Amino acid sequence: MDLLSVNSVNKSYGGVIANIDVSLTVPKGKIVGIIGPNGSGKTTLFNSIVGHHPIDSGEIYFNGEEISSLPIPKIARLGMLRTFQQTHIYGKMTCIQNMQISSDIDANWKRVFNPFSKDVDEMVNELLAFVGLYKKRFLLAGDLSFGQQKLLEFAMALMKKPTILLLDEPTAGVNPTLINGLIDRLHQVNEEKGITLLVIEHNMRVVMNLAEHIYCLANGTMLADGKPDEIQNDQRVIDAYLGN
Amino acid sequence: MIIKNKQNNFIWLGLAISAIAPFFFPNHITLLTYIWVMIILALTWDMLGGQTGYTSFGNILFFGVGMYVCAVVQRDMFSSGLDRFERVSEVVVSLNASEYFISLAVGTFSGAIVAVLLAVILGSGILGMRGHYFAICTLGLGHAAAEITSGIEYLGAGSGMVTPIYPSELLVGKEGFYYYAFLLVAITTFFLFRKIYQSQFGLALNAIRDNENKAESMGIHTTQYKIAGWSISAFFLAIAGAGVGNVIGFIDPVEIAFSGPTFGVWMIVMAILGGKGTIWGPVLGAIILYSAKETFWTYLLGWDKVALGLLILIVVVYFPKGILGYFKERKQLSNSILSQKGES
Amino acid sequence: MITYLNILIDSPEFLAQLVINGLLVGAIFALIAYGLALIWGVMDIINFAQGEMVIFGGYITYTLFYQFGIHPILSIPIVAVLLFVFGLLVYKTVIYRLLGEKDIFITILATFGLAILMQQLMQAIFGPDVVTANPELGMMHIFDGKVSISNIQLISFLIAAAVAIALFIIMKYSRMGQAIRATAQNPRASRILGIDIEKVYANTFAINAALCGIGGALVVMVWTIHPFIGLVYTFRSFMIVILAGLGNFVGIIFAGMGISSLENVTGFVIGAEFQAAVIFCLLVIILVTRSILARKKRQYIQ
Repeated sequence: MDLLSVNSVNKSYGGVIANIDVSLTVPKGKIVGIIGPNGSGKTTLFNSIVGHHPIDSGEIYFNGEEISSLPIPKIARLGMLRTFQQTHIYGKMTCIQNMQISSDIDANWKRVFNPFSKDVDEMVNELLAFVGLYKKRFLLAGDLSFGQQKLLEFAMALMKKPTILLLDEPTAGVNPTLINGLIDRLHQVNEEKGITLLVIEHNMRVVMNLAEHIYCLANGTMLADGKPDEIQNDQRVIDAYLGN
Repeated sequence: MIIKNKQNNFIWLGLAISAIAPFFFPNHITLLTYIWVMIILALTWDMLGGQTGYTSFGNILFFGVGMYVCAVVQRDMFSSGLDRFERVSEVVVSLNASEYFISLAVGTFSGAIVAVLLAVILGSGILGMRGHYFAICTLGLGHAAAEITSGIEYLGAGSGMVTPIYPSELLVGKEGFYYYAFLLVAITTFFLFRKIYQSQFGLALNAIRDNENKAESMGIHTTQYKIAGWSISAFFLAIAGAGVGNVIGFIDPVEIAFSGPTFGVWMIVMAILGGKGTIWGPVLGAIILYSAKETFWTYLLGWDKVALGLLILIVVVYFPKGILGYFKERKQLSNSILSQKGES
Repeated sequence: MITYLNILIDSPEFLAQLVINGLLVGAIFALIAYGLALIWGVMDIINFAQGEMVIFGGYITYTLFYQFGIHPILSIPIVAVLLFVFGLLVYKTVIYRLLGEKDIFITILATFGLAILMQQLMQAIFGPDVVTANPELGMMHIFDGKVSISNIQLISFLIAAAVAIALFIIMKYSRMGQAIRATAQNPRASRILGIDIEKVYANTFAINAALCGIGGALVVMVWTIHPFIGLVYTFRSFMIVILAGLGNFVGIIFAGMGISSLENVTGFVIGAEFQAAVIFCLLVIILVTRSILARKKRQYIQ
């Protein structure tokens, strides 16, 4: 079954047309990649999906539900989370607090005035260890390096136990020696926790290693899609990247 | 843990001193009462202004609303004094002890409820806005409330109202009663707020302060948290207002209830001076500013309010982190240096 | 309230009177609001002390008139220069230190503090009483004498218009005006192209202060002022800017005159003692409506 399906979405800001008739589907439990040159409309598409702005036309279904007019928090609570290209973390809070607040705090309004439960704290420690930030847990998130903030943001998303995770360039700015580890973790998250991943990625090596199916956007339109080796050999994709 | 114990010992010591203070300074009880009032004002402002980062210039609205609602209940609950007088501002109802305390309790509580309702209604309108616009929308709240109140004859219009006279036949005098009442409210506010800031709710408020977009994209309904925070502030602020109206014995819209240039500004300056976004900052700021005001202000001979204006500007521009914020930052700096050393 | 409404319906010349008065005074409001929009757009500073600067300008005209015998109209250039210098001073001591401050509320709090300080200073210096510096130039009657306009209102309208035209020319053709507009569009690019951003900021802030001063001088001629009325001018400016949008010069003029007429009519119907409350409630209603509309588009006003 398709967990997420985007049907003929159009989006333009002012005079700039960012997405033209874009469609894609993400099957449950898979890892899907989106590639494309700078300015091809990848992040705009992400923003449309998670509810950052209205879309001009088209439909977006998540788990069979039309979500293209829902507000951001509602979509997030349905189980779809995203990370940002430029990290978004709570800078003046410690890593532990960043993680705690990402747990499902208002699942029960009566408990919202209680401190965090032991279960949450255990999960925080476990996930911080998972992304390799356990030693930094008492530091302010704002004092972490950019790469570490990306890892923290990834771990924060996992706190919410999402059904699908939209990652906007997860390896950009991450120390190259850590990238392999990150790819392993993404695979692990997908296999062990059953989280579907939709990944925007610039690093070709990463996306070819990671995704089972790849979409290529160029100039706002969906240029091609297919398995990694098909995309790699697709002349249109090569042209788009070479700038023709 | 040791720090925690130290802090608790400190609190107990402070409370012990506060409990017996009226016996040592019998001539300054009202002044001491006002320190508790100021602590409540600063703490409630900080819930939104410090913890959530949403600067409100209109919290004085809830203070005045509590004051007026309580005064009306006290006036009308056991007698309809209105019929006998032509001018509402001259109505003085005399109540016996039980009537006085019952109407005071009912009035205070009703005031707090009305304030919470107002906070919810106003909040759902203006707390959905971000940044500047929220501040702009709160700037005139007190002013508008004062004008509207001044136009309502039932509330004594511009001349205000007189709160009931404290029953004379009692063991505890008026000053003593209100001192301990405010002590109780201030302590309740302090401990409740401390519990809130340590809870999931408190962390959500901080998350909104640090990155509201992120909080939303993580599924937190930020507007609801802001409204809830504002409502809690409004509740305690209204209780403070109800009490202050009775301590002064007379209320009016412009100079007392919705007085922007005094209570309305003090609460902001106190919280910032002490360190906004901390639990002790507002307490510290309230004690320092109010003591300073009472000791030095009289020497300024009419320029006291100018000095206050200057103080706000200096604190905000040169010392925006406040006293506790300054120490907190230094501590964090040394923490991060330590951990970086440990790493290498 | 209903009786007042009936008066308006029964006698349209009365309505015309209110609207014409509103239009004339509205030009002054537009001038002040333009200053607010200027520093908002260029420096991203929300000036809560806007109204206090206006009143300060008014007090200078008042003092020049009664202490030095300078005619209010002739005092306008003096006020403009004095307020320009005052603006530079405030910029150097306060605003300069807040540039690049990420927390927008710090700048708001600082201008709020400035507003309180100015209110209290003016009260300490000039006293709490209501003052005016009306040069008493007589009235003019139109529509068979049914509608009367005081000449000073007309003159202040013309002065406001002249200042607006001068400002327009300065912003469009002078070096500094071009630098200000460039900075408003893209501060980083302007800096790279060799524009001295700090000088631009200082000048922008000072120009705003001068505009407030001129506005204040006009206000004290046609109306009255006291140390605490500044807040009302701050609200008006915000409302005009919010209605018109930041960079919209013509829009601000229309919004200024429209708001002012509306305010005159509602003031008559509801009662002039609710002046600030009416303007403030209007401002909140406009913003809340916009916020609700924006939320439908999954946006916030920010």
